[in-house]
Amino acid sequence: MTERRMLPLLPHGSGHLAPPQAFPRRAKVAVGDTQLRANIRRATHTIRDKRAHVVDEVDDWEELREAGRALKERVARHLPELLERFEQAATAAGATVHWARDAAEANRIVTELVRATGSDEVVKVKSMVTQEIELNDALERAGITAYETDLAELIVQLDRGEQSHILVPAIHYNRTEIREIFRREMPDTDDALTSDPAVLAEAARRHLRRKFLSTKVAVSGANFAVADTGTLVVLESEGNGRMCLTLPETLISVVGIEKIVPTFADLEVFLQLLPRSSTAERMNPYTSTWTGVREGDGPQDVHIVLLDNGRSATLADTVGRQALACIRCSACLNVCPVYERTGGIAYGSVYPGPIGAIISPQLTGVERNKSLPYASSLCGACYDVCPVKINIPEVLVHLRQTGVDGARERPSAERTAMRTLAWVMSDQRRYENALRAARTATGPIAGLLAGKRTPPGGPAGTLGHLPWPLSAWTVSRDAPLPARQSFRDWWRKTHGEAR
Amino acid sequence: MRIGLFVTCVNDLMYPGTGQAVVTILERLGHTVEFPAAQTCCGQMHANSGYRAEALPLVRRFVDVFEGYEAVVAPSGSCVAMVRDSYPRLAEGDAALSARVAELAPRVYELSELLVDVLGVTELGAVFPHRVTYHTTCHGLRMLRLGDRPERLLRNVSGIDLVELPAADECCGFGGTFAVKNPDVSTAMLADKVRHVLDTDAEVLAAADNSCLAHISGGLGRLRTGVRSVHYAEILAATDGTLPPRTEPAPAAPTATPTD
Repeated sequence: MTERRMLPLLPHGSGHLAPPQAFPRRAKVAVGDTQLRANIRRATHTIRDKRAHVVDEVDDWEELREAGRALKERVARHLPELLERFEQAATAAGATVHWARDAAEANRIVTELVRATGSDEVVKVKSMVTQEIELNDALERAGITAYETDLAELIVQLDRGEQSHILVPAIHYNRTEIREIFRREMPDTDDALTSDPAVLAEAARRHLRRKFLSTKVAVSGANFAVADTGTLVVLESEGNGRMCLTLPETLISVVGIEKIVPTFADLEVFLQLLPRSSTAERMNPYTSTWTGVREGDGPQDVHIVLLDNGRSATLADTVGRQALACIRCSACLNVCPVYERTGGIAYGSVYPGPIGAIISPQLTGVERNKSLPYASSLCGACYDVCPVKINIPEVLVHLRQTGVDGARERPSAERTAMRTLAWVMSDQRRYENALRAARTATGPIAGLLAGKRTPPGGPAGTLGHLPWPLSAWTVSRDAPLPARQSFRDWWRKTHGEAR
Repeated sequence: MRIGLFVTCVNDLMYPGTGQAVVTILERLGHTVEFPAAQTCCGQMHANSGYRAEALPLVRRFVDVFEGYEAVVAPSGSCVAMVRDSYPRLAEGDAALSARVAELAPRVYELSELLVDVLGVTELGAVFPHRVTYHTTCHGLRMLRLGDRPERLLRNVSGIDLVELPAADECCGFGGTFAVKNPDVSTAMLADKVRHVLDTDAEVLAAADNSCLAHISGGLGRLRTGVRSVHYAEILAATDGTLPPRTEPAPAAPTATPTD
């Protein structure tokens, strides 16, 4: 805490990172969408089970996780030096490195680079960071059309929808819905198009092939950026990324500054952790690496935009910075009981799920994203599957605290209640008086509220209805009433006065 | 062994039968249980809701009250996890308190840890001829790594028909203030937990945390399923095959209680 206050104020990020309404309101809508619930439940359970299976195969999985965590921690401690080393190596290899403080700056750089080529369209490799900065919208405003080439991103783009998952942004659609989108939005489909996944993939392949062959500029992100060599790395399953990374003349990669790994050898750890955690594959089908420009082979004009957008501010928080270790695998989304019921759009950020609930508020600042740290029951399933051991529950609680501390001066009913309760709990006499009051008061209160202490047909000693704010409990649950005799009164009666 | 009982505030007020069961079990095994009356609450709700400053006096209080004991036992996975996992973090910045927390926390046990690991018993002479299913509450499962300790104890209960709960390791949706801050998601999670419980045809649902059970049994009760929820300690304490009657609520003042 003290360390944080001593650091200069660092700018927060902007972009698709904060919900327009609080999470509970958006979640209420999502929970009521029966088709969404079925789609997400099926998809998350399938991939969850597959991941568990392929992770079980690896004898030294826990050691790998620890290695991944330690590497990322080292990167966090040495980020400035590593970034400069990366810039030097990439520049020496023929790439041009740009630095962007925030979304607006990154969008401006990319737009100008595309304009300079004279092209009015780009093909895109699936990338979280360009969705974070809403690059497609910025390009569109400049008259440049961006074509998503990842199948799931393409589906979302064709439907003008929102991403709901880090790895599979179209996870909330089922194949029938995808068929309808293709039929509606792809000019070269007809009624022969079925909802068979192979048929849908073939339709997308034909649709995209023309773009790959004709488009002169590609935009990508990167999974890793190797400081020693200036190499960028992209992992994917479809091969469409490989097309974009090799065929165009100009390649522009937007890379969050936390993607750095120190050496090429460090990839050994992450190339084992990432595929098994994300797609539940032993190895992903396509791993592309490129280092600047190679004459006569691939894009001859290579740009790298290193993006901050709130990452330095996150790094300044010694607890919260764990979130920067994320390798975007989505394992935490797939096991999260909250995500399973709401899907990703409820989070209102391109980063949904448990990891999103700790990344988004840190990039934007907690005050702009108050509800996401509370979008978790703190069950801990996310921490167990995280391949780099990010203690997500710890950071969630830490961010709740940051939000509470930041609002100290504003009056709040919750704070008053918490303070009062802590005051009561800090003294034996006050505590015992409160126990007694709770027991004697709930009887009449219950009588007044419910007409009956026990709801008709309900179990003894429960209440069916409570007033606001406790009505949030009784909306679906009967509420227990205090016992006739507290434990401590029983103890005094049976064992005498406690010491 | 001189064992200090941290009954937890929820049990003190709402579920005294669980504390009584712990006392019964440990005294039956020949141990001395003490209940320091100065104990109140571990501060979990404050800390997990972001109120660190409010939680800190409760951390100090817990350490003051319990540091003299050889072992401290609590019938709650999440309160023990609070002490062992969160207290060191909350005490950061106060070297003296940190040292006292580091010294005490490893001796604070959830009931099944005390029985299985410290006292080395899994057979308690309990009799409970009923169909029971067991929900592994999250903090016990993932923060304390209780593993199958509670089920090992339950399996040795005479007459018990212990059936596996499908997806037992999935959160029930309670999550402390989560249950009221996100009631829709919490309820959606509860619905699946209730479905799994009903799928087992169990008469009784057992778990290591009465707070999670208040949530699940609140749903089971609302739907009039007839399934009873109980802390597993109460099953381990049963020697005549029955549970004590469901804890009676405090009597209502006569003037305010309508007659049926």
